Amino acid sequence: MVHGDGGFRGRVLVVDDDASLAEMLGIVLRQEGFDSRLCTRGDRAMAEFHDYRPDVVLLDLMLPGRDGIDVCKEIRGESGVPIVMLTAKGDTIDVVVGLESGADDYVVKPFKPKELIARIRARLRSLDAPAAENLHIGDLDIDVSGHAVTRDGEGINLTPLEFDLLVCLARKPWQVFTREVLLEQVWGYRHAADTRLVNVHVQRLRSKIEHDPENPEIVVTVRGVGYKAGFS
Amino acid sequence: MPARELSSALAQGLTLWRRSIQARIVVTTVVLSAVVVSAVGWFLLRDTQESLVDERVEAVVAEARNETADAEERLAAVPGTDYDTAQQLGLLLEPIIERGESRGYGVVLAGPVGDDTTDLSTGGTRTSPFLDTASVPASLVGHFEGSGEMAWTFTRVRWHEDAALADGPGVVVGARLQLPADRDLYTLYYVFPLDQEQATLGLVSRSLLAAGVVLMFLLALLTWVVTRRVVTPIRLARRVAERLAAGQLEERLRVRGEDDLARLATSFNQMAANLQRQIRQLEELSRVQRRFTSDVSHELRTPLTTVRMAGDLLFDARDDFDPTTARAAELLQRELDRFEGLLGELLEISRYDAGAAILEAEDVNLIDLVHRVVDATAPLAEQRTTEVRIEARTSPVMAECDSRRVERIVRNLVGNAIDHAETRGVVVHVAGDDHAAAIAVRDYGVGLAAGETALVFNRFWRADPARARTTGGTGLGLSIALEDTHLHGGWLQAWGRPRQGTQFRLTLPRRAGGVLRRSPLPLVPTDAGKPAEGAAS
Repeated sequence: MVHGDGGFRGRVLVVDDDASLAEMLGIVLRQEGFDSRLCTRGDRAMAEFHDYRPDVVLLDLMLPGRDGIDVCKEIRGESGVPIVMLTAKGDTIDVVVGLESGADDYVVKPFKPKELIARIRARLRSLDAPAAENLHIGDLDIDVSGHAVTRDGEGINLTPLEFDLLVCLARKPWQVFTREVLLEQVWGYRHAADTRLVNVHVQRLRSKIEHDPENPEIVVTVRGVGYKAGFS
Repeated sequence: MPARELSSALAQGLTLWRRSIQARIVVTTVVLSAVVVSAVGWFLLRDTQESLVDERVEAVVAEARNETADAEERLAAVPGTDYDTAQQLGLLLEPIIERGESRGYGVVLAGPVGDDTTDLSTGGTRTSPFLDTASVPASLVGHFEGSGEMAWTFTRVRWHEDAALADGPGVVVGARLQLPADRDLYTLYYVFPLDQEQATLGLVSRSLLAAGVVLMFLLALLTWVVTRRVVTPIRLARRVAERLAAGQLEERLRVRGEDDLARLATSFNQMAANLQRQIRQLEELSRVQRRFTSDVSHELRTPLTTVRMAGDLLFDARDDFDPTTARAAELLQRELDRFEGLLGELLEISRYDAGAAILEAEDVNLIDLVHRVVDATAPLAEQRTTEVRIEARTSPVMAECDSRRVERIVRNLVGNAIDHAETRGVVVHVAGDDHAAAIAVRDYGVGLAAGETALVFNRFWRADPARARTTGGTGLGLSIALEDTHLHGGWLQAWGRPRQGTQFRLTLPRRAGGVLRRSPLPLVPTDAGKPAEGAAS
């Protein structure tokens, strides 16, 4: 019953007002080899975040004390730690608002535990140190193992997800990536999911790396197909 | 071109006539008053003419009688033997002609009465200078053949060409007298022109015409002003009604005074206020409903997630339990799947009921979509040993639709077909043209009884309540499929015969918002009526 290879896989901060769900999440996470801490109030979330220094945050949007969106923004303001939203409304504006406030991914309640674990693993995968690799896209230099993006020697701050997205495009600059392929390679979805995830994060990435986000030159839209890296 | 301009002007006029009450009332009033004014004018003119002429005729007859009496007196005073006929005639005629010239009448003396008295133009007839004898009508001349009485008639006064006088209407009076010289009878005709009277009549008729035109113009103006006062508030009301219909519920009419129009405005405003209140109420209800859906969604989903995780945990660990508990864990797991599906579909349908469903349309190749669905339902088909075949007549079949919703519709249809095919195979037809795209899912299984094709889309409807349920359909699938189809402006129809299978046909407009007229696929399958086994692949 206990996970075979066991061992420490990462710290997960669970922020959800439903005590039973939070506890259940704790049990499932522990079984999968994650360490976890529970927080049931929005206004306590930041204190727990600073104290616990998690590798992933699971965040419910409806929280007592403080709105989940605010918490999400504040965490994103000081850290690039992966945030996965837990939402009960998968088809509403809430998802877009959540993604725009900085969440990397979301799962809709009721989710299957295995699905949630897959999402968390996909977000933690980039923490595994890869081999040394240097890429160039536009006028940007990417140090893949060092998780650093520089322009003319000046660093650009990207979240791990944005970094993964950029690396994915930069590795095959000749290829056009459909949103579905990006969902599979960057987010780890095996079946086609919500393509809004891709749209929102491409916008966020552009706002950080493009000279003029209105006329992108590094991450280019291919109408009707998807995205590709711009020519250097 | 003038013809075309004329016809376009005519068309414009007709449009104005149809559209504008004001124009219609003004034109009708002008036409009716023109008829009345003409009639009155005509009677007035005739009356004036009659009285003018009657007076004149009386006067001229009296004058003629005086002249004749004078002449007779003069002749009587002259001894019959002193003069010959010509001298006596001159004596008779000259003073009359002289007087006639000063008083404006002409004289014709015909006679003596003899062989041919009717033709005045023969010799012997004496006249005033330039007067044409044709001025005396033959009827008056004829009168004196049998009678010696004085007589008069209307005529047309004619002058010789070299006279400076114009022809015109007149009255001619005839009188008979005897000349003492030869004791013959002569006829004396007095020709009185009616020029004066004609001039007066012309003046009167011109004044009448001018008065009529001015009157009609004033009437038109008056009608225009009066109808304008009535029509303007009506036009205003129309504009406000249009704005209300366009959704500007705050629009109201201004009420002035207490007349009929003011009361119309008051009623109109009351109606608008009632409508506004009811619409607000419905909006509020809809908002509450949506809110409720959202709340239920959240409130049910959170505990379900916990139960789901606990169930999964127990299910994964069932090998460690005793057989009874392990079976319970299995049942819990399976029913949780069903519960989750049911909750999802209930929420979906309540979203439709609240009008909160939004279409996200994009160009989709329906053949790819059908392949995806068939691949996804392959495990179920395998489990039921049912082959699912795709038959596309054209490629690609494009339609502007919400692929998530259409995929859900097709998944539902294919799942149902596999469920009821009884291992005889399922065929999915795809076809499209310039206006529409269609997907038909055909099975050769139990089929549907007569009248059941209309019921299959009802919520929680089941063909046979006693039949074992194996796939755990929720009974909402086809209702949601129908709502999804309606959201696209498409058709979802069913055909079925007992033991010959069913066919469900989905038709979607080629472009989002397009209107469907016909489907590229027939609703009744071409192989309907053949033995079921023969049709299976």
